[in-house]
Amino acid sequence: MKAKNRSQISADGSAVKAESVASLRPPAQIATRARRFRLDDALPPLILTPAMIASIIFVYAFIAITIWVSLSKWGTLRMDLNLREPFGFTYQQMFAMPRWHASLRNMFVFTTLFLIGSIFFGLLLAMLLDRKLIGHSILRNVFLFPYALSFIVTGIAWRWIFNPETGINLLFDGLGINHLITSMGGPPFKPGWTTDPSVLFSINDWLGNIFPAVKDMSIQLGIPVALIPVVIAAAWQLTGFSMAMYIAGMATISPELREAARIDGANEFQIYTNVIMPLLRPVTVSTAIILGHVSLKIFDLIFAMTGSGPGFATDVPGIFVFDQTFKATKYNLGAAASVVMLFLVSLVIVPYLWSNLRKR
Amino acid sequence: MSTATASPFYSIRQALPKNLWDYLILAVLLGFMLFFLMPVYVMVVTGLKEARNVSLSTMWNLPQQLSGGGFVEAWNRLEPNLGNSLMLAIPATIISAVWGSINGYVFAKWKFRGSNLLFALLVFGMFIPYQSILIPLIQFLQLVKLYGTIPGLITVHVLYGLPISSLIFRNYFANIPDELLEASRIDGAGIIRTYTHVMFPLSMPAFVVVGIFQFTNIWNDFLFGVTILPNPSAQPVTVALNNLSGSFSVDWNVVMAGAVVAALPTALVYIFLGRFFVRGLLAGSVKG
Repeated sequence: MKAKNRSQISADGSAVKAESVASLRPPAQIATRARRFRLDDALPPLILTPAMIASIIFVYAFIAITIWVSLSKWGTLRMDLNLREPFGFTYQQMFAMPRWHASLRNMFVFTTLFLIGSIFFGLLLAMLLDRKLIGHSILRNVFLFPYALSFIVTGIAWRWIFNPETGINLLFDGLGINHLITSMGGPPFKPGWTTDPSVLFSINDWLGNIFPAVKDMSIQLGIPVALIPVVIAAAWQLTGFSMAMYIAGMATISPELREAARIDGANEFQIYTNVIMPLLRPVTVSTAIILGHVSLKIFDLIFAMTGSGPGFATDVPGIFVFDQTFKATKYNLGAAASVVMLFLVSLVIVPYLWSNLRKR
Repeated sequence: MSTATASPFYSIRQALPKNLWDYLILAVLLGFMLFFLMPVYVMVVTGLKEARNVSLSTMWNLPQQLSGGGFVEAWNRLEPNLGNSLMLAIPATIISAVWGSINGYVFAKWKFRGSNLLFALLVFGMFIPYQSILIPLIQFLQLVKLYGTIPGLITVHVLYGLPISSLIFRNYFANIPDELLEASRIDGAGIIRTYTHVMFPLSMPAFVVVGIFQFTNIWNDFLFGVTILPNPSAQPVTVALNNLSGSFSVDWNVVMAGAVVAALPTALVYIFLGRFFVRGLLAGSVKG
């Protein structure tokens, strides 16, 4: 056996070291060592295999199937997975639908207003609580509390509050606000809230001067009135999240830094604007991405609160997909809309995951 | 969440308002508190009223006399669905937490070529709009005869809850020093024994965080519940509550009482275990 080893070594120079080390140990031990080593190497991927298979099937393969459905002829209850001609015709149809235009408009308006509101007020609350006045920990818990609730509960409560016959309008009367306005000669402030189909700040005419096609659009580009209560309800629920993110971010800023700024002559306000807020910029980015992807996907809240709304004033892609898939049973259309949703969410999330996980 | 309240240097005197600014801050915070509690007030007060007293014009008033109000009927209607939600949320939470902890342990402590890429692939699954997998998911559940059943919905919540629980555990295990792993390896323990004897006992705080986070998510889910369980008697409480609010034969006091009842379990979890809840939601923002 030894002779055989020798001949191998002389034939293949690279095996020299491994062979000579191995030959120092009794053969039995070599075998177990080698097996243990290989087993420990193989185990980590093996343990992860079930989760990865689940992920590949239930996320990636299912997405691929949904994409296929969106390109198929399956537009009725009868399943038909043959590709529709011309290629991608369902998408073409969808992007010609006024309701889909309204959905996209509402999604962008909702996301913008909701992000501005919840991030601004989240930062404001975090900074006000940072003074750590009496009761600050109770208040912090109150502000975060809605996050623990279901969107359905939130939607039902706020639908009742924004009922134009009662709710918030009654509160305005009770607080004498309408009395004040009418006494100054103005009309009473009684918005229809979720029942109002009108669109504020329409930019169709202005945009039409640049892109003439906009003048022929069937929907008004602007802020639908009925969407405002939904934004308020969503901000009520998720402002606490951005507040918690900012509080956690502020906790990582060392007190020495604030002290140094104070010694340099900065007042409390300047410390926040010049020292703390610039350091919180990464927190803002994370919060905006997490909340942004939530608002692109928003479904439950609107489903419980307004549905697609008067004149589709509160329709969003999440509702559109649900209606087309489960009510109209136009599976290819619902699938196409969900693929667009996925695409928009991926635009936000993939770079975020990339930058977050690459650092490790 | 270490705040000044926990520090020995914190005194009540520091917390008292000292100047005009402090009073202004307090006033603004109290204003926000009223706004944040308003829907809770509306739900509880309306729920406590009797049907005949729920008139539109007195919505903001307190109830005239104390009685069960809408709570009795809301409880009777939602009780079976509360049971469904519990039967759903508890097993799904436990399974996804245990499975996630094993994944998180390997991702954090047994990195191999490409493991970070696999992790990214897995975690992406928690961000997707679930609408984009619903059609094949329902077909699949029908194929394996789990469509319309609670075990089917448990499976779904385990599978789609796995990314976030793996993520939270990975972030937790990443902060456990490698020396501990080395020591256990020198003692002759392999990857599995190190998990069962060293890492698993150490990860109880993470189990609490993931448990609370998953329980809340699953309890509050609506989309999966409404699409996978068409049978009303099997539906979770969020779906039943939405049906309750959509039917014209039900009075508002019952709907509001129902909303309170449906919200109560997660609200209690939040009130008593809020600390862990905050940790979970921060860890869920990927970096942890």
